[in-house]
Amino acid sequence: MMEPIVQYKNVHKSFGDTHVLKGINLDINPGEKIAIIGPSGSGKTTIIRLLMTLEEPTDGDIYVAGKNLWKIEKNGKKMPANERHLASVRKDIGMVFQHFNLFPHKTILDNCAMPLIKVKKMKKSEAREMSKQMLDRVGLGDKYDAYPSNLSGGQKQRVAMARALVMRPKIMLFDEVTSALDPELVGEVLEVIRDLAENASMAMVLVTHEMDFALEIADRVLFLDEGIIAESGTADEVINKSDNPRLQNFLKRFRA
Amino acid sequence: MFETGWNILNYLTQGLGTTLSIFLTATAFSFLMAFIAGLSRLSGNILIRGVTAVYVEVFRGTSLIVQLFWLYYAVPMLFNINLGSNWWVGVIAIALNYGAYMSEVVRTSVLSVDKGQTEASIALNLTRYQRMKEVILPQAFRLMLPEFGNYSIQILKGTALVSLIGLTDILYFGDIYRSTNLSEGPLAYLMVLIMYFIIALPLIWLSKKGEKIARRGVAS
Ligand SMILES: Nc1ncnc2c1ncn2[C@@H]1O[C@H](COP(=O)(O)OP(=O)(O)O)[C@@H](O)[C@H]1O
Ligand SMILES: [Mg+2]
Repeated sequence: MMEPIVQYKNVHKSFGDTHVLKGINLDINPGEKIAIIGPSGSGKTTIIRLLMTLEEPTDGDIYVAGKNLWKIEKNGKKMPANERHLASVRKDIGMVFQHFNLFPHKTILDNCAMPLIKVKKMKKSEAREMSKQMLDRVGLGDKYDAYPSNLSGGQKQRVAMARALVMRPKIMLFDEVTSALDPELVGEVLEVIRDLAENASMAMVLVTHEMDFALEIADRVLFLDEGIIAESGTADEVINKSDNPRLQNFLKRFRA
Repeated sequence: MFETGWNILNYLTQGLGTTLSIFLTATAFSFLMAFIAGLSRLSGNILIRGVTAVYVEVFRGTSLIVQLFWLYYAVPMLFNINLGSNWWVGVIAIALNYGAYMSEVVRTSVLSVDKGQTEASIALNLTRYQRMKEVILPQAFRLMLPEFGNYSIQILKGTALVSLIGLTDILYFGDIYRSTNLSEGPLAYLMVLIMYFIIALPLIWLSKKGEKIARRGVAS
């Protein structure tokens, strides 16, 4: 039995009076590819933002490689995690955002190389070499010196993936990475994710509305509904065998 | 008349050194204060935030000339602090005053950088300091440029007040000239205006350039 790399234990999240996540229990195994589907506002983004340390849970615990993400123990007492602890856990996690969030003042090569140099303390030449290889892999080998503003949406998102990947995370989070793209640019981004899903050993969590794609690459599909994981299983189990009416209703909209 | 004008201009250049040296030093310190105070107001530490807020509001809420007199006449007597020469008193007053105003430019520019930039830098595991230095400030800086340009012109104009604490700047020599050539008073002050305007020209050009850079600046 494999030790899970991520564990959510009864995790809750509220924003003010809005109770968004209502007791999430979830184990992610090393290398596992998970797709999270569900209606808008059901808490999909929030789930992965908690893991990326962009939001703090209001209750419950998240463990990454056995370490409690948000709490540290000091003299036998549990204390809120400090920045140093968060950083030590965060190094295994990468994320790609819906709106790319590239650094507009840096070339795409520097977008990738800067974190390697600053965070991984890599030599400049080495960082640039690694970044070039990664940019080649996502099909941007001819754009090293371009600025983000000169790229198409699909190219930007591929840079964002290269930038996250070159940090060698053990878990990659994708938050609707194609939903801000023109339809004709979606394919090139999915192609990169497919390549990763087939060839990379890291765990991947995809929040997506690309239903067919999710079902094709995911080992496990979660249906999130009003802040709880309402269904969980293989694509076939969740999509074809579940009789959850809310899931059926949700899926109907994608089968027009 | 043309010749007189030229002569007056020549006479005024005696004050050019003082005006320029005060302007340049005060501008440099204003920028420094602006960054220190602007970033302090964004600090997580409530004490640092509070102290800075008091500084900013006090110096924005009172006039430069009163601050100048305070530093010149009151502070040395009350606290027995010697701020050095008049020149330094002038520089410090201007820097504290404009630093307070410009700290708001720094603060609002930092806040207006897209939140996604901070989130991406957290996801890449940059430290707080690295996020600020590598990601936020370079983008915020572009937004600051036009305002900084405008304030540098205001600082130049503000330096004229130092003639009131006995510094021999351009305005001081203008006053002297007028008091010894009373009939040429209007022309003397016209020349003072022209002289300040000529010094301001490169600053105007710089702030226009800053605006262009700021417009081109951000958005990924
Ligand atoms: N920072 C926030 N402040 C307040 N409410 C939020 C915040 N982030 C998300 N929410 C709310 O939480 C709910 C779930 O949001 P989200 O996780 O983005 O859902 P999804 O990604 O499934 O569409 C929504 O109702 C949203 O309005
Ligand atoms: Mg979302």
